[in-house]
Amino acid sequence: MADALPKTPMLDELEKGGWPSFVTEIKLAAEKNPMGKDLLGLLERSYKEKIGHWKHGGIVGVMGYGGGVIGRYNDLPEEYPNISHFHTMRINQPAGWFYTSEALRGICDIWEKRGSGLTNMHGSTGDIILLGTSTDQLEPTFQDLAKIDFDIGGSGSDVRTPSCCCGMARCEWACYDTMAACYDFTMTYQDELHRPAFPYKFKFKFSGCPNDCVASIARSDMSIIGTWRDEIQIDKDAVKEYADSGMDIDSDVVGNCPGKCMAWDGKELKINDKFCVHCMHCINAMPKALRPGKDRGATILIGSKAPIVEGALLSSVLIPFIKMEPPYQEIKDLVDKMWDLWCEEGKNRERIGEFIQRIGLGNFLDEIEVDPIPEMVAHPRENPYVFYEDYYEDEDEDDEEGDDE
Amino acid sequence: MAKSVEEVADAMYKLVKDADGLKKLKAMDLIKSMTELYGDEVDKKLCKSAIKELINSGKCVYTYFGGSYIELPHREGAAND
Repeated sequence: MADALPKTPMLDELEKGGWPSFVTEIKLAAEKNPMGKDLLGLLERSYKEKIGHWKHGGIVGVMGYGGGVIGRYNDLPEEYPNISHFHTMRINQPAGWFYTSEALRGICDIWEKRGSGLTNMHGSTGDIILLGTSTDQLEPTFQDLAKIDFDIGGSGSDVRTPSCCCGMARCEWACYDTMAACYDFTMTYQDELHRPAFPYKFKFKFSGCPNDCVASIARSDMSIIGTWRDEIQIDKDAVKEYADSGMDIDSDVVGNCPGKCMAWDGKELKINDKFCVHCMHCINAMPKALRPGKDRGATILIGSKAPIVEGALLSSVLIPFIKMEPPYQEIKDLVDKMWDLWCEEGKNRERIGEFIQRIGLGNFLDEIEVDPIPEMVAHPRENPYVFYEDYYEDEDEDDEEGDDE
Repeated sequence: MAKSVEEVADAMYKLVKDADGLKKLKAMDLIKSMTELYGDEVDKKLCKSAIKELINSGKCVYTYFGGSYIELPHREGAAND
């Protein structure tokens, strides 16, 4: 490139130290693409002035879709003309973020041709984020990506791109096939993903076990977390090996059990599975000796979100255990009922977790025709759904009878 | 008699046009309005098809301003030439 890069003393500070630097990457991109040069200049200016120079667009997109493109313009287009438009595209990632190098090269080639060449692998929802292009390049980019079997992801008031942990592909703790479930749900809800019709966003995240590597309990409106309902499998010889190799099982494993359901007498490890809260600590500590049970499925939780309009929420248990078998119809029927209610009664920009808090958990369960049971917990030993309604009703009736007398 | 997708899409377009500049309508607002207008002659599935028709025809576009809306195509305020 003929033009020299702008001087960026403040950004250069971010290249120091042991971590990879986005500044270095932008400088590399700037060698091939003038957008990178203007981006460096604008960012340095923002750091100096302590003022953001981006405007949020709200209309740009591809034909027929309502999500997946986030409009961005800078407010100094005369000074930074190459990034006058700098739209972001969210691209649906493959389940578990597995790529072939050919697929990655395909995406990068398209983006170097159609956009800035800058990517963010991956956004917090999980999508491939393609940073910076102009309005006229959106549709051609979409068409080029479709040719290599990639589609745009979600944004706005729609189903956001579902994501999952690597599950059975790499992890021995996976209690169900997260990648298969994620792909199935993605394909089932294509209409809801591309055509926003909800009060606000809705996220699915699939974790294979309670370690919850995709943090679904904190980041998704519907968390589907693998679990088991029988006993933890114990390999007694392997337990002994851990003890012989110096592990303090009593302190490091038994002492850290939140359910206090384990005992170690120096020779044998015993687990009272009735009190196990499936925290995974013991299994993580002794992976060769302990495994999740054989009767595996998932727990479905509902309602988590990061703080945007209201504060952060964690999901609470809706369905304590369900077998995760295609076509997952029972879960999809439940999803449909929840969406019907939320779409009908939810306020604008109200996440389903906030909606449930507003109308009350008991009412929500009534409306989606799910009976409250003790295992529907916010966290172990706290149940937000059961309000002993019958007890109060009986008492009221007694009072009324008393009044009559 | 059930309404056709085109009829419902036309009715939705009129709603969006009448609300233009006054109120941003969401997909659910259109569906609720159609249910009020046509009663049992429409259902949610038909209304969703009508919205799809409306968008694919280019008569309306999805927009995002905090939430997602359906509006007439227009040049947005933030846009640079």
